[in-house]
Amino acid sequence: MKQGFFTIKENTALTESVYRMVMAGDTSAVTAAGQFVNIKLEGMFLRRPISVCDCTEGELTIIYKVVGKGTEQMAKMSPGEELDVLTGLGNGYDLTSSGNEPLLIGGGVGVPPMYMLAKKLIEQGKKVTVILGFNKKYEIFYEKEFQDLGCEVYVTTVDGSYGTRGFVTDVMKDLSYSYFYTCGPEPMLKAIYRACASEGQFSFEERMGCGFGACMGCSCQTVTGYKRICKEGPVLKKEEILWQK
Amino acid sequence: MAEMKVSLCGIELDNPVIPASGTFGYGYEFAELYDINMLGTFSFKGTTKEPRFGNPTPRIAECPSGMINAVGLQNPGVEKVISEELPKLAKCFSKKVMANVSGFSVEDYVYTCEKLSACEQVGWLEVNVSCPNVHGGGMSFGTSPEAAAEVTAAVKKVTDKPVIVKLSPNVTDIVSIAKACEEAGADGISLINTMLGMRIDLRRRKPVIANKMGGFSGPAIFPVAVRMVYQVVNAVKIPVVGMGGVSSAEDVIEMMLAGATAVEVGAANLVDPFASKKIVEELPKVMDKYGITSLSEIIGGAK
Repeated sequence: MKQGFFTIKENTALTESVYRMVMAGDTSAVTAAGQFVNIKLEGMFLRRPISVCDCTEGELTIIYKVVGKGTEQMAKMSPGEELDVLTGLGNGYDLTSSGNEPLLIGGGVGVPPMYMLAKKLIEQGKKVTVILGFNKKYEIFYEKEFQDLGCEVYVTTVDGSYGTRGFVTDVMKDLSYSYFYTCGPEPMLKAIYRACASEGQFSFEERMGCGFGACMGCSCQTVTGYKRICKEGPVLKKEEILWQK
Repeated sequence: MAEMKVSLCGIELDNPVIPASGTFGYGYEFAELYDINMLGTFSFKGTTKEPRFGNPTPRIAECPSGMINAVGLQNPGVEKVISEELPKLAKCFSKKVMANVSGFSVEDYVYTCEKLSACEQVGWLEVNVSCPNVHGGGMSFGTSPEAAAEVTAAVKKVTDKPVIVKLSPNVTDIVSIAKACEEAGADGISLINTMLGMRIDLRRRKPVIANKMGGFSGPAIFPVAVRMVYQVVNAVKIPVVGMGGVSSAEDVIEMMLAGATAVEVGAANLVDPFASKKIVEELPKVMDKYGITSLSEIIGGAK
């Protein structure tokens, strides 16, 4: 983990409520796809944990949805402004078990971490298939970005306004894959858990206090004992998961 | 040269800054970020007789200038704390640590305190009779003078180390509880633990926190903490450790002027992992600004 100041280079709307922010700063603490950053905002007591969408030397990209006061404030920020950011938080995805044909499944704002993951897997010469799940056509983002990386991309919408009508699992059931990685709302994760034909890794979301393992605010129970979503997570392997609710 | 040393129940601290229990784990995670030996000491995560997972999530809610938590004393239990956490801590912290203890019965407190008291690393026992997040324990011992005194007296019998009783602000008369602890043999008092609070999610029309209520902490509660420290200091002869929303070197000095011998820093550590370090580093400058040459001389200076 590192604490550092980042300068906003870009902050643009991808959809009505989803924004992409590109920031310049020291990214050396970011070591894996699926990690997150924790952002201090003026006037807000707690930081805002946001997943990393892409990271290169000196440049960090996040994609966030405006859901409350903190993200509303972020959406109003302009290039040139500075943010206090904790980087390199969480375990991230383990690439070693991906096999040659991994499947990546992102739902809504669970899509962004799949981007850096896809990039890393493609760098390793893997054949990456991606399913992006949204509710409606106007919520879709990053379909082209994944295609440009060289992924085979499927899009689902719940109302059928674009791509396959239904849920990500409706596409998943007809695909063959060596392993899978996913991030998205918990009902989607549960459906994938039931539908999957291989082992895989799931990224979880929880309300956090600190984001770096100190407060025990985001603990969960797993097969191998208690884990902090912010520290031993957010990524859990399928065989570790104990569904609580 | 600014003199920051203070003496807490007979043990000298290089400075009065103590990260508070529940905001600093067992220290070693912060030791990856900086040398935690620069702190006065710290109070480790509240430890109970049995392992505890704690409350369901969400456990955290944000507030203006603060936060609510309902972690519920998650900890691996005293045996594992001694066999696993303290050895890890020993590698990065050479000072005496404050052992924070909680329980659900007088016997629980006695059991855990006796075990921890036997550890060489432990300098003080901070007996938490004020956790608002567990049912049938914790705070219920801290809301009546009799129960607080009973726990204090029982723990005193099994240890020679200083016993600091951590009090709850969620009471009508903090002074009577502090006095009862003093009479029962407490070597010090620490306060305030978190204030009972609640937030409601407008969309879901439900409490934000799964446990409904939780402990409110952060800068918002600082004035309440200063007031309660001042009241207790003026009623007891034993040293008082002040805490509640402390987030700057100025806050440390204000707490000490109210009468605190040492000062714990809590929620600030969660927002800025370097908060306690920065406070220690800022202290000499702020002392200089206010013409303070020795911190121990300003304790209770505000009359």
